[in-house]
Amino acid sequence: MSDSTQTATNVVIRFAGDSGDGMQLVGGQFTRTTALLGNDLATLPDFPAEIRAPAGTREGVSGFQIHFADHDIFTPGDETDALVAMNAAALVTNLARLRPGGLVIVNSDGFGSGDLSKARLDHNPLEDDTLAGYRAVHAPITTLTRNAVEHLGLSTKEADRCKNFFALGMVYWIYGRPLKPTEDWLTAKFSKKPEILDANLSALRAGRNYSQTIELFQATYEVPKADFRKGRYRNITGNSALAIGLAAAAQKTGQTLFYGSYPITPASDILHALAPFKQYGVATFQAEDEIAAVCAAIGASYGGSIGVTGTSGPGVALKGEAIGLAVMAELPLVVICVQRGGPSTGLPTKTEQADLLQALYGRNGEAPCAVIAPRSPSDCFATAIEAVKFAVEGMLPVFIMSDGYIGNGAEPWPVPDVASLPDITPGFRTDPEGFLPYERDPETLSRPWAVPGTPGMEHRIGGLEKQDGTGNVSYDPLNHEHMCRVRAEKVQRLQRFIPPIEVHGDAEGTLVVGWGGTWGAIRSGVDVCRREGLKVGQIHLRHLNPLPADLGDILARYDRVLVPELNLGQLSKVLRDAYLVDAHSFCKIQGQPFLTREIADAIRQEATR
Amino acid sequence: MTAPVYKKKDFMSDQLVRWCPGCGDYSILSQVQTVLAGLGRPKEEFVVISGIGCSSRFPYYMNTYGFHTLHGRAPAFATGLKVTRPELSIWMVTGDGDALSIGGNHIIHLWRRNVDINVMLFNNRIYGLTKGQYSPTSEKGKKTKSSPMGSLEKPFNPLTLALGAGASYVARSVDVFTTHLRDQLQMADTHRGTSFLEIYQNCNIFNDGAFTSFTDRAVRDEKVLYLEPGKPLIWGPAEQRKGLVLKGLRLAVVDVGEDESEIIVHDPSNKALATWLAELDGSGEFPVPVGLFYKEDRPTYDGGFVEQIAEAKEKFGQGDLNRLINAGDTWEV
Repeated sequence: MSDSTQTATNVVIRFAGDSGDGMQLVGGQFTRTTALLGNDLATLPDFPAEIRAPAGTREGVSGFQIHFADHDIFTPGDETDALVAMNAAALVTNLARLRPGGLVIVNSDGFGSGDLSKARLDHNPLEDDTLAGYRAVHAPITTLTRNAVEHLGLSTKEADRCKNFFALGMVYWIYGRPLKPTEDWLTAKFSKKPEILDANLSALRAGRNYSQTIELFQATYEVPKADFRKGRYRNITGNSALAIGLAAAAQKTGQTLFYGSYPITPASDILHALAPFKQYGVATFQAEDEIAAVCAAIGASYGGSIGVTGTSGPGVALKGEAIGLAVMAELPLVVICVQRGGPSTGLPTKTEQADLLQALYGRNGEAPCAVIAPRSPSDCFATAIEAVKFAVEGMLPVFIMSDGYIGNGAEPWPVPDVASLPDITPGFRTDPEGFLPYERDPETLSRPWAVPGTPGMEHRIGGLEKQDGTGNVSYDPLNHEHMCRVRAEKVQRLQRFIPPIEVHGDAEGTLVVGWGGTWGAIRSGVDVCRREGLKVGQIHLRHLNPLPADLGDILARYDRVLVPELNLGQLSKVLRDAYLVDAHSFCKIQGQPFLTREIADAIRQEATR
Repeated sequence: MTAPVYKKKDFMSDQLVRWCPGCGDYSILSQVQTVLAGLGRPKEEFVVISGIGCSSRFPYYMNTYGFHTLHGRAPAFATGLKVTRPELSIWMVTGDGDALSIGGNHIIHLWRRNVDINVMLFNNRIYGLTKGQYSPTSEKGKKTKSSPMGSLEKPFNPLTLALGAGASYVARSVDVFTTHLRDQLQMADTHRGTSFLEIYQNCNIFNDGAFTSFTDRAVRDEKVLYLEPGKPLIWGPAEQRKGLVLKGLRLAVVDVGEDESEIIVHDPSNKALATWLAELDGSGEFPVPVGLFYKEDRPTYDGGFVEQIAEAKEKFGQGDLNRLINAGDTWEV
């Protein structure tokens, strides 16, 4: 028995195993239980592109990292305090992230000669000094799991599929988590398969009991509840939050929200989340390709629905021509880009921010779109509603720039009060008196949304240049220049919706400017440096086009401007172009999010430049 | 409510029609305006959706709702519109390059899904708007600016392609067969599902006379077989009537006298027969069939789409925003 319980303020655990070992599943269960206990948390799923890469290889390793704490946290953590490694490949590919003295639980049954050769190891890391300097627990998890489910007479294959729950049970005990939420979940999931249910419950409980009994663990840990703002919370991923936000927008407007999409990693979960929302006014269409997905969404918008398409960078490239048509036809459209490593197929399951310039400029002709970016998983909810508002009230395409990190990552979300959600006011026109398809609202420059079926307003739209007002095809040179400027100004006037920028930290010294999913790491890095006495301010841009009206003034107040990005310097180009500011890039393009210490190092370097 | 009464000119827009003088598109436009005026539907319920190409300028000339979209993508726009606004009558205009080359992937999926729209494919077997390159329906060996030594490509047969992709309604007419074309447009409108009508259309600038071998008045009677459901497959002038019979598993041509009993009776629900007829191209003794080749009544995609939404609402009740955002595991602090 453990004789001591230590209190920890925050803990980072990483589950790593073969992609067939169910690491994402148990990671999800640990997250759920931890959220219900009231800790703040952030997660990072890290899995290979292949569904089942050759078993046991380094390429097939799937990881799930969770950071939980008794205080606000912004990242899934730089280093891990505990690593669960289900085989040799999982150990060697994840050990570098384990802090010195950290806990490593290895499934010693995953280190046979076959496992070692698949992991390209010529010696067994359990038998040399690889694990010196760590607290290593060698547990024959596969054997123990088989023993635990022996009474059920399952095949070896079926028994082995429960070993992830054995490992989860072990970790639950070490960190003082109850089994009940996972037991309830298993009971609901396998209600029609009593043997599988029994097997998983047996493995889970056996793992917990094993941890408790073996006396290998010197201590267990308690992480007290975080001090959350009062209210109701739920744990949410970025992709789910986008889906719920879109459904909320449909409910707010009373219009159908049409989501056209073609399956693509890491955006497919948005389609999966929206497909069962039919009763909320959501219609989903799995198209034959990326182009059809966006075109169908525009067709739906033409008919008076809210057209949305979701994809990743390669899909945005394919949709470019159609997005240009939405610019020309001046119809609402929301384009979600859950960014991943590129170019081409790139790193489908890894995160990156290298599609910003594509969203801003990646179309033929002058084809400006609004571009906004959520900063965290739960922020995707508000971003989705804002994007719909911009699209519908501005009659133009709006990009939501999410990324794989926030799309798949999860955090607690304070469930908002429905009454606090912004109103969305579509500019439908039904009065044929004096109707012109391209007549403009003098304030917003939007044209009326006149949908088929409205008597007396029959008109034609299309991709050819329009005469302002009548919407007739026009090759007039001056009209073309006028229309190009109007379409750009229409986007610019969305500034009316953008609140003043919130500056975190100091009003002098170094300003760190970020956008999108890097917010948490930048915030943590800024706070580290400020505690060291450096003068550092942080702003995080949600609006990339139009940029906020007060951005230029804020940039001018600081001696130095540092722009950390997961690309080769895209926002910094935009800022240099728009404000002639000497913005310095700090770039990382490895398919992985920033670590807090990388940001802190970059700020220190910038501050002493 | 009484059906609205329109004249053809109610469906003519105020825009100058800019096809080349003598283009077959003029006749098609005129027939479509006439037929739509007579369907008894409120004018605002018609939407004409096109892709890119000469034919795709069509919406500008119709005084209805219209959307001139992207090259090859009209089926996707039409699908998005139809599933969200199923009460609209959607007429899609496309060409051989638009539908079968750049838009090939979209039209096959439109056919298999069976979205309830009417598709008019103007087949002139050439690229017109880009000024005269061979198209996916141009005959092999076609000499054009982009194929000076002759095209190497076997052409698509739009009808067999449609049948192969699972189209539920497959028909053909010709720009200059004005009465026949009007009848075919009317019939297409009555079908629930994707009504696919190929219209042979002469491009008098880049591919003049592409269809004269059977459309010229001098030979029309000898070469054109008008398909009529329930009628024997007979064509030709009164004294030289010919008919189609089955010899083994192939179609063969016979002279028809008084006795028509061995002649195949046209049955548009027979897909094998439709496929055989669609393969006939006027070569040798065989005719060029026009009219309705195939019709199958099966559920439409938009119908199912709307039903699933209704079913979800019935099962789970009208969605409630509060319930949505408070779903899943929540906890109070």
